[in-house]
Amino acid sequence: MPGAVWKSRRALFRLGGLTTPVIEVHDLVKRYRKATANAVDGVSFEVEAGEFFALLGPNGAGKTTTIAILTTTLSPTSGMVRISGHHVVREASLVRRQAGIIFQNQSLDMNLTGEENVRIHAILYHLYPYRPLYRFMPAAYRQQLRELADVVGLGGDVFKPVKKLSGGMRRKLEIIRGLMHHPQVLFLDEPTSGLDTASRRNLWQYIGELRRRQDITICLTTHQLDEAEVADKVCILDHGHVVALGTPRLVKSQLAHERLYIDADDRAALRRRLVELNVPFSEDGVFTVVLDGRTAHEVVRAIDEPLTLLRTESPTLEDAYLRILAAGDE
Amino acid sequence: MSELNAVAAIAARDLLKFIRDPGRLVAAVVFPFAMIFLLGGTLQLNLGKAVGFNFIAFTFTGFLGMTLFQSTAQGLTSLIDDRQNDFAQELFVSPISRYAILFGKILGETAVAIAQVLPFVVFAFILRVPLTPVHVALLVPVALLSCFMGGAFGLLLLNTMSDSRASNQIFNFVFLPQYFLAGLLSPINVLPWYLAALSLISPMRYVIDLTRGVVFNGTPEYGQVVLAAPATNVAVLFLMFAVFMILGTTLFVRRETNR
Repeated sequence: MPGAVWKSRRALFRLGGLTTPVIEVHDLVKRYRKATANAVDGVSFEVEAGEFFALLGPNGAGKTTTIAILTTTLSPTSGMVRISGHHVVREASLVRRQAGIIFQNQSLDMNLTGEENVRIHAILYHLYPYRPLYRFMPAAYRQQLRELADVVGLGGDVFKPVKKLSGGMRRKLEIIRGLMHHPQVLFLDEPTSGLDTASRRNLWQYIGELRRRQDITICLTTHQLDEAEVADKVCILDHGHVVALGTPRLVKSQLAHERLYIDADDRAALRRRLVELNVPFSEDGVFTVVLDGRTAHEVVRAIDEPLTLLRTESPTLEDAYLRILAAGDE
Repeated sequence: MSELNAVAAIAARDLLKFIRDPGRLVAAVVFPFAMIFLLGGTLQLNLGKAVGFNFIAFTFTGFLGMTLFQSTAQGLTSLIDDRQNDFAQELFVSPISRYAILFGKILGETAVAIAQVLPFVVFAFILRVPLTPVHVALLVPVALLSCFMGGAFGLLLLNTMSDSRASNQIFNFVFLPQYFLAGLLSPINVLPWYLAALSLISPMRYVIDLTRGVVFNGTPEYGQVVLAAPATNVAVLFLMFAVFMILGTTLFVRRETNR
């Protein structure tokens, strides 16, 4: 229900043209004690309500530091960060109520059962009073737990000791815990690291369903570039700086172009035609045409020679990402 | 009210972990048996007559105070384990105050320490340490104060540690000398001036002396065994608790966020 209330409030904001960013980061700088360089160096970005935002970058780029500051576990050296309009340093407690976090490293207490981990979370977030046993907890808590356990497919396993749960089940348990307090923003710090393919797929299916049901804002950091392909916005960090920011489509189009692979029996004629068309191309067994703003249809229609090969290749976010990092290293 | 619920949940977690750890439960029974029955018994037979007081009662009070104090202090280091296992992140991103987190930890470790000394008290009765129900009733607030003191001391030490290995080394360095400076096994009525000065700044001294002040109260050996009046020990412990708690919490919170 709180999700529904929040959704309608968001709709009102949008109707009035008053979309306020849920995450605002302006000129963020973090230098660790005794460090000689900034781990995060002048980072700025905004995330609108309901967006799926992906923060990408190689190891040491500053992703986890940025997430730690956004989730109030680390103080910034300078800059301004607000979550749902609350300042992360001055209003840390309010920020913590708005945020759900799934950490890069598992943060479950292995000595407890899954339910006991969730119960501690619910009490820490002031949702329910403390009771020493599950059966003494309020009915609303028990219902919410059962519903979430069923949704993520954990079912009755939520009552097992965490030690006896598989890696995928523990991640699901962390998701249940992160959602108990109906956060406006869900931070996912490399949530699929250490998960097998099936568990990864299940997790993303559930997160997709969650977005459809609750319209929650998601902030993801990941090394799995395919996970960020479906994001509304990506931000690529390198050495603490923002090196690309925008929709995955925009980032890809700016840094990697669609390619057309063609060949013909009369290669000399095809070569002459491509020169006449003034399109950039290279020859390496076949002709590779970089579609710098043109469509494949436009180029093929202008070629009269019979083609023996016709293939297009769209760049992936990974292509763009690797180009950006290579450019940075140069 | 919600902060109290959070304190209770954090404290209950520590007690639950203790109850579910068979190794710690066995140690809680074996340790007092070894200390009082074997060590206290042999010392009573060989030294008891020479020193002129009940050495088993002396050993019992020493180990009781030491265990309460040290167990709570060491229990606080589980915050380091939590940090390494990343459960601390779950605690520190929650909207409750940092003071509630630390107070919950101290309360939880207090409950664990008190559960650990229950076999101690049972062994004391079996070995005929002169304990009356009044003594036991008076030892309850003494135990609470001893544990809170240990918790505050552990919190202060926590700020000097980076990992579990460092914590073990630092604890050995800090606690071993206190066994002698606090008179755990031998009286410290006479000490050279430099050891007397170190003894005066040893928090364990006041914990053990307060425990002895309760158990030996009204006995002819009181003057031989007890160093200061219980009221003096209580006042010093309250003062040390306040200083260690404020300093320890401030340093801990600052260290957690200002890395």
